[in-house]
Amino acid sequence: MHAAADESLSVLCDLCRLAGSRAGHRGGHSDGARPSGGVGRNADYVDPVAQLGLLLVAINFMGPILRAKGPLYVSLWYFMAAFVWTFLTYAMGNFIPQYAACGTSAGAVAGLFIHDLVGLFVTPLGWGLMYYFVPILLKKPIWSHGLSLVGFWGIAFFYPLQGIHHFLYTPIPMFLQYGAVISTIAVEFVVATVVVNFFGTLWGSGRSIVDNMPIRWFYTGMVFYFITCLQCALQVTMTFQALIHFTDWVVGHAHLVMFGVFSMWLLGIMTYLMPRILERPWASKTLLEWHFWLSAVGLFVMFIDLTLVGILQGYWWSSLQPWEVSTDGSRPFWILRVFAGLAMFGGQLCFLWNILQTCMSPRQPSDQPQPSIA
Amino acid sequence: MFESKAGVMLIGGVGFFLLAFVSNALVPIFMYHKMPELTIQQSVNDNLMFQFEDLSQRFPEPFKQAYGEPTRENAAKALELGRKIYVGEGCWHCHSQFVRPVSNESKRYGPVSKSIEYQNELQRPVMFGTRRVGPDLSREGGRRSNDWQAVHFFRPQSVSPNSPMPEYPWLFDGDASKPNERGLALMTYVQWLGSWLESYPYYEDYIPVEGAAR
Repeated sequence: MHAAADESLSVLCDLCRLAGSRAGHRGGHSDGARPSGGVGRNADYVDPVAQLGLLLVAINFMGPILRAKGPLYVSLWYFMAAFVWTFLTYAMGNFIPQYAACGTSAGAVAGLFIHDLVGLFVTPLGWGLMYYFVPILLKKPIWSHGLSLVGFWGIAFFYPLQGIHHFLYTPIPMFLQYGAVISTIAVEFVVATVVVNFFGTLWGSGRSIVDNMPIRWFYTGMVFYFITCLQCALQVTMTFQALIHFTDWVVGHAHLVMFGVFSMWLLGIMTYLMPRILERPWASKTLLEWHFWLSAVGLFVMFIDLTLVGILQGYWWSSLQPWEVSTDGSRPFWILRVFAGLAMFGGQLCFLWNILQTCMSPRQPSDQPQPSIA
Repeated sequence: MFESKAGVMLIGGVGFFLLAFVSNALVPIFMYHKMPELTIQQSVNDNLMFQFEDLSQRFPEPFKQAYGEPTRENAAKALELGRKIYVGEGCWHCHSQFVRPVSNESKRYGPVSKSIEYQNELQRPVMFGTRRVGPDLSREGGRRSNDWQAVHFFRPQSVSPNSPMPEYPWLFDGDASKPNERGLALMTYVQWLGSWLESYPYYEDYIPVEGAAR
């Protein structure tokens, strides 16, 4: 009965969010609070429904966590915090800028919303998953418990304070803008410790990057995460912001982290779990390789391309040339980006084809819980 | 405490979130809470009425059908609908609405944005924007004629060759000379942006870079 209740809770919350989102988009409504990610675009009447959906998710997943006894593993800290934060973030971002605040102060809330979506929803879930899967796949414990404490609590403290960095040089009070900049640079140091922790874990097992597909996905993501954090600490400064705000540099940054880090982690997890769930080994290792390389190279080309055009756009605009100079000049870069995106998409098609082939191959249930995927 | 359920959820989860919310959201909300917020009716100013009446003269049939007479009440209605269209069509995806004090923006667009400009119902939620594929629009009002705006919305490439802006023919009844209620509303909204400034429209002070087309 317990399992059935959990099942129906999951389905119910998925339905809530799906129905609400589809209804809102079809009605052409949007609330205009634009995150670099997505959620703030639902229509007003969708928000309470989606909020309820998030509450159901939190209850559903926290149930087993709260029943656990004794000291908790680091993944559970991240998951618990993520469910609390996501619920609060959604409430803050979708209700306040429209109903409780206006103007510049609402802009400050919108900035918090934008960043909390990636920093308090996606990031903790991603890290929690990494802390879980990496030790399983490498068959060794995480290198440092102390660093995982520093990592979690540093992220928890600094991430929520960054939001205003999305609106630097707006009329938001300068002391708040400086606070957001300092907080962002601080969190990049914290995330660096987490990345160091994971590379410390990998130390001595470097060969697995070649043999073990999920590990390859995870650690490619880690490298991109480190690059993103370095880039972020630089681009958040007023010096860089003056040039690159509003340009494609920021778009490149967002894709680098959202696809190059979190999507790669999820794809790695899927690469690991699919054979176990389907009880069949992967139909084609070649397709797995194509998936990885098309995704990684496509994303990297996209990142370099957009970062470069962002710098150029910044200079074109500040040199006071007519606007057309920046759009005409960006066009070749946008075209290259299309091809990079097609490569990434092609990679996903390879993955999809591989999944279909695997589903259609004969089942091989075994007592051994871990069929080799290397 | 650092690894316990209560510690993580209450201090890390709720506590730090609230700390950030109080310091980064409530602080500016309280700083500005005495600043008056204009209603849509109060946002209608003489510069906007000039543009609104101009719309009724340039597109007499469509205007009569949509709004009748160019009164202040109708202008407020048009502003409200215009803003909804601005949000619904995703204009804010490519156009920002704040001028920064850096990067020569005040030379290109006009005065650097101030908080008081965003204190009205039409900025709920605030339309700062986070990307410029097209130029900033916060001082767009009055820079170009309503004819230009109509043609530009109908087919941007006809006034701005190779423009990446999509076409919006559904704001019109067949061609650029026949904007429907939505087209008129969006044009009213765009002509309102920046109309509250002391010096309006700003293009009179703009000095183009030598040899550049504008």
